[in-house]
Amino acid sequence: MIEFARNVRLWFAPEEVREEGRTPDYRFSLANERTFLAWLRTALALIGGGFAVDQFLPDLRWGWRVGLALALLGAGVLCSLRAVNHWMRCERAMRRGEDLPVSRFPTLLSIVVAVVALAMVVVVLVGWEG
Amino acid sequence: MSAAAADAGRDPGLQPERTRLAWRRTTLSGTVSAVLAVKTALHGGVSAVGVVACALCAVLWLGFLLLAHRRIRALASPGTPAALAPRHATATALCTVALAVCGAALVF
Repeated sequence: MIEFARNVRLWFAPEEVREEGRTPDYRFSLANERTFLAWLRTALALIGGGFAVDQFLPDLRWGWRVGLALALLGAGVLCSLRAVNHWMRCERAMRRGEDLPVSRFPTLLSIVVAVVALAMVVVVLVGWEG
Repeated sequence: MSAAAADAGRDPGLQPERTRLAWRRTTLSGTVSAVLAVKTALHGGVSAVGVVACALCAVLWLGFLLLAHRRIRALASPGTPAALAPRHATATALCTVALAVCGAALVF
């Protein structure tokens, strides 16, 4: 948790990142930036999915609809915050010449997406019957 | 520029171009999300809350566009492109978070 707070401080303090280690090949930095953008697109897709659930499943009961939409929106928030954090950690690891950080987040996100997809299948089937 | 200098400046992976296109794709995703947000906001007729939410989404979208535009300009400038500044990355992610929070308020 303290490590995370330190990272959050670094998000807003570019000078401190520059002080550490050596500047890596700019191509690696750009690749890291593209990975960050790919995660951001994932986050935006989740947010768009949240809006879509709210808009295109109007026959659902209020609780289910709002629950699913909020779950997707929440996943989008987590995904975008994690995108910056991971980008920062990778950038720092490259500067220090360390191994890139490993993460459980991709597994977690795929499980959440699978669960939401299953819930949506169930909800749409039940919604049509009822 | 002589041929030798052009060769030295050549980047085999076209990294800045690829990164620029990644920014473009991301703004496109952002646009889709913002359009869906506006559709949600104005779904049940025009209300004060809906209009405010619409304006907020539009501002966030414009902010995102501005950030992407500045980064694309930086990448397009000649010479070795500078790395993405942490503040820039954070601002982009916070725009996304704000859109999601706006969406949560609308859906709820």
